[in-house]
Amino acid sequence: MAVLVVAAHDGKTVRANVANAVAAAVQMGPEVHVLVAGSNAGEAAKSAAAIPGVAKVLQAEDAAYANWLAEDIAPLVVKLAPNYSHVVMAADSVGKNIAPRVAALLDVAQVSEAIRVVSPDTFVRPIYAGNAMATVQSADKIKVVTVRPTNFKAATGDGSAAIEQIAGTGSAGLSSFAGAELSKSERPELTSAKIVVSGGRGLQSGENFKMLETLADKLGAGLGASRAAVDAGYVPNDYQVGQTGKVVAPDLYIAIGISGAIQHLAGMKDSKTIVAINKDEEAPIFQVADYGLVGDLFQIIPELTAAIEKK
Amino acid sequence: MKVLVAVKRVIDYNVKIRVKADNTGVETANVKMSMNPFDEIAVEEAIRMKEKGAATEIIAFSAGPAQCQETIRTALAMGADRGILVQTDVELQPLAVAKLLKAVVDKEQPGLVIVGKQAIDDDCNATGQMLAALLGWSIGTFANKLNVADGSVEVKREVDGGLENIKIKMPAVITTDLRLNEPRYASLPNIMKAKKKPIETLAPDALGVDVAPRLKTLKVEEPPKRKSGIKVKTVAELVEKLRNEAGVI
Repeated sequence: MAVLVVAAHDGKTVRANVANAVAAAVQMGPEVHVLVAGSNAGEAAKSAAAIPGVAKVLQAEDAAYANWLAEDIAPLVVKLAPNYSHVVMAADSVGKNIAPRVAALLDVAQVSEAIRVVSPDTFVRPIYAGNAMATVQSADKIKVVTVRPTNFKAATGDGSAAIEQIAGTGSAGLSSFAGAELSKSERPELTSAKIVVSGGRGLQSGENFKMLETLADKLGAGLGASRAAVDAGYVPNDYQVGQTGKVVAPDLYIAIGISGAIQHLAGMKDSKTIVAINKDEEAPIFQVADYGLVGDLFQIIPELTAAIEKK
Repeated sequence: MKVLVAVKRVIDYNVKIRVKADNTGVETANVKMSMNPFDEIAVEEAIRMKEKGAATEIIAFSAGPAQCQETIRTALAMGADRGILVQTDVELQPLAVAKLLKAVVDKEQPGLVIVGKQAIDDDCNATGQMLAALLGWSIGTFANKLNVADGSVEVKREVDGGLENIKIKMPAVITTDLRLNEPRYASLPNIMKAKKKPIETLAPDALGVDVAPRLKTLKVEEPPKRKSGIKVKTVAELVEKLRNEAGVI
């Protein structure tokens, strides 16, 4: 049986992590279909059809799907699910919102945030903020799985799947969208950036985060933060890296003024190279860092920014 | 309006957990247990609703072994009015908890159910969404701000790109994110008072719910360790290492 990947999109293209979800899905079954639900989702459906490994794209047009309300999307997925062995979503804020609703409506368990597909019914997932890895086996007929995008490498190349139009299921009439306040940034998106610069409470103010912006722009890096920096109001919530925020695994992660609580480490310790800059040499962040620099970040950041300039 | 809050007993967030030597799970014997931090936020939000006159009664629900009484007592000490414990020693997974919650909701008819978005032990982030599905209710996940008015809830949600506003019909299920509020500490007089508040204990069978786990845990292992790195002395040395040794800039 085929595997259904439910794709989030912005109307023009599916999210980058859909390719990662497809990479996970191909390990679960012989054929992968992608559902693109939306209002005017034609372009997004085309982008899904171009992902290598996708055999078919199902495009469902309905005004009710415009803003990804769980109450309206879940019935569509549930209607399609009996034709599939698995329903897969990326474990982002869309997948985490919708997939459990689908699972409960199907009366099946959800495998949350799988990081490895051992076999079609067996998955590895982190528990306790990644301080333990559980291997779980599902006996349910349809398996609903969210996958951590950073653990599945997207295939390269171009696919050319057929796009099939399917009927929408309308609105459940339970909820409505009332606008978004999205962070605007020219910088690479945090979860797909090759380099991430993150700041913590050590920055002492939102104003001081500007120093990190300059450094991040020199490196072409995404900008992240610890929970402490977000709670203190230095930066918006979508900067948060950690157990309950975003999980990143860039080639280079630079943690500045971050002590390294286990909840933060959960979101970045799979990075290839980790740099920690902190004035407290006992800070736990140094235990996971490949390169540690003890000192005053207010001196180090300008110096580092300048050093990167003169290549 | 009644508000139901669900509270889970988990290993305290400050404890460094240990994987059992036989790889069957995580060591919980003689480990400090606390209320799941996201559930504290749920309890706090309910109490604030009651203080503003939007809620009349707060019921704290928990499910699990007898010791979950303590977690309910903590909620009662913070300001919840009474407790319901579904007592079982079976390992409870989100779908089972959602079914137990649904059975209690059917009986108690709350206008809102508020739960933490995620438990810090299994990190599933599923129970609230599943409960809303089983009830056919609307859902406001990852709430950053709530406003209850005229039979609906305006929910500001924390999403990948920032914040999103939705309006959902009541009755509804809300899952809490970190910035919704800062939970209060229970005062000593309130801890004493909480001892007299009622806790009803039920069995899953009495609610007609099959709580058998759907996912079988085959093994639990330590994550791979990072090899320890080095300290550099200067920015110049750091840049040199990143360029020539790690090759990442």
